[in-house]
Amino acid sequence: MTDDSLVDGTAPAAPQKLSRRGLLGLAGAGVVGLGVGVAGDRGVLAATASAGGSTTGGTSYPFYGEHQSGIVTPAQDRLHFAAFDMSSTATRADLIELLQDWSTAAALMCQGKPVGEFGAVDGPYDAPPQDTGEALDLPTGGLTITIGFGPTLFVDASGADRFGIASKQPAELTELPHFPADDLDAQRTGGDLCIQACSDDPQIAVHAIRNLSRIAFGRASLRWSQLGFGRTSSTSTAQVTPRNLFGFKDGTANIKAEEPGKVSKSVWVGSSDAPAWMTGGSYLVARRIRMTIETWDRTALSEQEKIIGRTKGEGAPLSGGKEFTAPDFSVLGRADKPLIDADSHVRLAHPDSNAGSEILRRGYNFVDGNDSLGRLDAGLFFISYQRSPQQFIGIQMNLAKNDLMNEYIRHVGSGLFAVPPGAKQGSYVGAGLFS
Amino acid sequence: MKATAVITTIGAAATLLALTGCVPNASPSDSAAITVDSSADACTVSTNTASSGTLRFEVTNSGDQVTEFYLLADDGLRIVGEVENVGPGISRDLVVQAQPGDYFTVCKPGMIGDGIGNAAFAVTGDKVKLAGDEQEQVDAAATNYVAYIKDQVAQLVTGTDTFLAAYLAGDDETARATYATTRANYERIEPVAESFGDLDPEIDFREADVAPDDEWTGWHRIEKDLFPPAAADNGGVEYVALTPEERSYYADKLKENTQQLYDAVHASDYTVTIDAISNGAIGLLEEVASGKITGEEEIWSHTDLWDFQANLEGARVAYEGVRDIVETKDPELVKTLDTRFGDLEQQLAAYGSLDKGFVYYDELTPAQVKELADGVNSLSEPLSELTSTLVG
Repeated sequence: MTDDSLVDGTAPAAPQKLSRRGLLGLAGAGVVGLGVGVAGDRGVLAATASAGGSTTGGTSYPFYGEHQSGIVTPAQDRLHFAAFDMSSTATRADLIELLQDWSTAAALMCQGKPVGEFGAVDGPYDAPPQDTGEALDLPTGGLTITIGFGPTLFVDASGADRFGIASKQPAELTELPHFPADDLDAQRTGGDLCIQACSDDPQIAVHAIRNLSRIAFGRASLRWSQLGFGRTSSTSTAQVTPRNLFGFKDGTANIKAEEPGKVSKSVWVGSSDAPAWMTGGSYLVARRIRMTIETWDRTALSEQEKIIGRTKGEGAPLSGGKEFTAPDFSVLGRADKPLIDADSHVRLAHPDSNAGSEILRRGYNFVDGNDSLGRLDAGLFFISYQRSPQQFIGIQMNLAKNDLMNEYIRHVGSGLFAVPPGAKQGSYVGAGLFS
Repeated sequence: MKATAVITTIGAAATLLALTGCVPNASPSDSAAITVDSSADACTVSTNTASSGTLRFEVTNSGDQVTEFYLLADDGLRIVGEVENVGPGISRDLVVQAQPGDYFTVCKPGMIGDGIGNAAFAVTGDKVKLAGDEQEQVDAAATNYVAYIKDQVAQLVTGTDTFLAAYLAGDDETARATYATTRANYERIEPVAESFGDLDPEIDFREADVAPDDEWTGWHRIEKDLFPPAAADNGGVEYVALTPEERSYYADKLKENTQQLYDAVHASDYTVTIDAISNGAIGLLEEVASGKITGEEEIWSHTDLWDFQANLEGARVAYEGVRDIVETKDPELVKTLDTRFGDLEQQLAAYGSLDKGFVYYDELTPAQVKELADGVNSLSEPLSELTSTLVG
């Protein structure tokens, strides 16, 4: 993590108001000094990624804007994702207040500030600190906080419209279908609300989820959460393509922030889509994909490359070229068989195999210790953003039925969330749902 | 290196040198690569001579057509090593163990014709220890394994008939008692069924494998009916038993698919390649690792250890078929595999046998499952080298 003494030096212990002013001025100067330009309304940050995939510690993204940050933002290195359930006693007013409180706190944290009026080390001496404190002295870390609404927020399992928003539920926001070989754990699936916190520093991401869940107590509680230690997708052409735990580059052909046409076509809900409160938002799919890496590691290189459809080293499609060369599925090899297998991952996931559908992937590698059989509990925490869940459903149904990779993966957790557009300064995420 | 293509030339290859993925004491990465640049009109090899032992050709396709690279014997015809399907811009390694002698190198952009840039290549130095004449062993292994497959599938047909007769007669007790033992004939040769595309899904899909609009048929459909789950284990839904008409529908399907399998392996031209045998052994152990050791295969009957035993027996047969060939190439590997096969067989025998029955999966303690999983890993890891050593 690169130190940013400008931020470091001012964050702790100073009176809250002074701290905030000082931070704003100095952090701004820091950003300019680093040559980082922020396109505020989109949350797109130009030229932040270094070759190693890390962004500088002083990078910050605005919480407020047309779209929520953390979608087309260049994928940070770390993730803490959390799904919440509303408490059984929570009312519509509680939900609104929670979203307001979350938005206020999120905006502060994205600026590298502690939450609450007094922060982590000030305020009444006999009271617990408002901020939990572990992010003190740390830079902004490129933190983004992205909030979404699950189908059950609108209508719960018993059919109840707990918050008077059932009529606002997007038609697309229903439970995902059962995909072949799904092995979902109820403890890792669903949720009324979700928060995706991404940062280049794991502690900053964890600090965000920790404080937001603390703020939620009494109104909502954690249902499940997931840490991701390494990004597996690039969402900007300035980023190097990272590798997943199969050892292959992942997300080479992802939608990139620098492709505004694709982003508006495939990621953002348009003004012609219903409902109106989702315009500028997106749909988030989360899938906890367990990889049986022990079995994978016993597989011949030729088989691994056949399954993926790319070379392991360069990441070039087997039809030839370099990493970013478009795969050519028509190229035939020996015995007139396609060089890129018909059931390879790259082919089945390609827009050509899915009626042109594309999604923006933003997944992370995870290793959560090991299971009772002594296998690493490892895999990919898949996150994708799309204009309609149908984009994901079509692609995933195709993959789940045919993908050669299925022998080595298992989907064990799942969530679908409507991510509303960004909030205006002074408002809160999801305000449109209640107007 | 693509194993299936290697097989077609293995007989010729074995007499001179060999493709290898596993060479003790001489890791390919340690040896300096001989670079081969296959362009549209040239086949440029960085050297035309090398010392005997492990050679690594790093073939780069700088042309715009799919290319191949061959190392040919002194008659310029016999293929002793090759890489195929190298797309434009792609690099791929050919690792061979070379005896002293005269060879030719040639590239084949476009994969047609005699190739271009045919050039002499000399290997000097001492003779590398060689395998004996393999062709006979390879042929014998294939013949024996095909006979084994035919026998297992024939037994499966009669066993399935008996099982289905009881099921259709409503004699569920007999059907339950013969369920796991009948399936053993299938589990021993499952990779064979998988090689016929749609057959394995129709015969052996688990409920979770099925897409929403697809039909679920086969053994596990009937398993669920014979070992009906409590509502709590069935997504909260009360299981509804199949009607006699439904029973007969699924029974007919299973009978029909099993017969298709029988016909396929009894076709006059049915044969298996040597790597299909070794990959079968590897695949069967992976079946154990991914489905049986986790209790997912027989989620209603909990007869996973029966399948485990049958997979292990099938893997043992496949391994024994190629064992002698492998032994000449890597005696250490064979020694390890002999020991670990024995260990795992012994470990599993503590839980029963196909004749007397096994402990049900849901009666195993977590520690016992862990111990069995460790045993599977202990065998699977070295077993994964079987094919590359065999065709090497």
